[in-house]
Amino acid sequence: MAHDHDDEHDHAHEDPASRALALRAEALEALLVERGLVKREAIDAIVARYEHEIGPLNGARVVARAWSDAAFKQRLLADAWGAIRELGLTTGAENAPIVVVENTPGVHNVVVCTLCSCYPGALLGLPPTWYKSPPYRARMVREPRAVLRELGLELPESTELRVWDSSAEIRYMVLPERPPGSESTSEQQLVPLVSRDALIGVARAGAPRE
Amino acid sequence: MTDVHDLGGRLGLGRIEREAREPVFHAPWEGRVCGLVNCAIGFGWIPIDVFRCGIERMDPERYLRASYYERWLTSLERVLAEAGVLARGYRPPPRTAPAGFERAASAPPRFRVGDAVRTTPRASGRHTRLPGYAGEKRGVVAHARRAFVFPDTNAHGVGEQPQHLYTVRFAARELWGERAEPRASVCVDLFEPYLEESTAEDGCDGA
Repeated sequence: MAHDHDDEHDHAHEDPASRALALRAEALEALLVERGLVKREAIDAIVARYEHEIGPLNGARVVARAWSDAAFKQRLLADAWGAIRELGLTTGAENAPIVVVENTPGVHNVVVCTLCSCYPGALLGLPPTWYKSPPYRARMVREPRAVLRELGLELPESTELRVWDSSAEIRYMVLPERPPGSESTSEQQLVPLVSRDALIGVARAGAPRE
Repeated sequence: MTDVHDLGGRLGLGRIEREAREPVFHAPWEGRVCGLVNCAIGFGWIPIDVFRCGIERMDPERYLRASYYERWLTSLERVLAEAGVLARGYRPPPRTAPAGFERAASAPPRFRVGDAVRTTPRASGRHTRLPGYAGEKRGVVAHARRAFVFPDTNAHGVGEQPQHLYTVRFAARELWGERAEPRASVCVDLFEPYLEESTAEDGCDGA
């Protein structure tokens, strides 16, 4: 299997199973291109967009604005896309509706998709592998406190946990709590404090730099 | 179709492994498959519900072993062939279908925020978005979400048949019994056909 290779450490695309998948993908793409149904450049553009443009930075900008502007936060919680467009993030009708859920000192929210891997892609990009993995999908609804602890987030026993299973076309993003000590931090400086994991709800937003 | 993908609450799947500095795609072919799936759905060759259903029809052992993009590729090959997209002379559908998933429903919503509801049993062997763990459980409507394409019909080629959608909140104890973690609840987005009124006898403690 993969460990038969002696060159460097095995990269996923170098093992035979992955090579077979690469060939199947190429065969399918070649056929669709030959039939004139799709252009290779269109696929290139989608790949480039996911690799370079769409990522958790979009979600982080939304959160930093919500922390800095109470009226924006109210609009965000009431109609997320309406508010998000104010930041110049473009969205098409094909985008799934977004609902933003707010963490408070008493309530912690976390997002999962038990049936597949639904994720607020327009704001966070593509989900990490652990989010798509069977253990996360299976366990988060059943033992959220234990899973969060395993992922490094210890919450007080008194905190209420709310798990959002994205079972239809609504996509959920968490509005994390503003980190203590960040009261005088500017909106721009708040952005890097918001990690992807905080937007999923498996981490807190980071502490401001000294 | 098995229900292997219906993973919520399943035991024995092990720890959650996290990869440091994970790339967006682990190999170039994953990006190509991601792009092809975006085109297949975006160009209207197949509805997303048909694509999801294709994943769920995988051999269950293969499903659990496969990487995410292997599942995508396997479904895409299969559903494109079944839909005739790979046949010579295929013409893509005109772009007249409404975008997105929201639609007008044919009837007013049956439930309101605060209503106590009970879910139907999960349908087995076909596409549905009622997770098994949330089947035959009591919850409370936390949000009414307008109407959307109904995946249960759309995945099987019998139309969009839009249905009202609700976010239903279930207490952890209702889902998992006495050993559930305290002060936890699960919110699940459920289509109206999955819901019945909960009788007073059912009782419901909300959170």
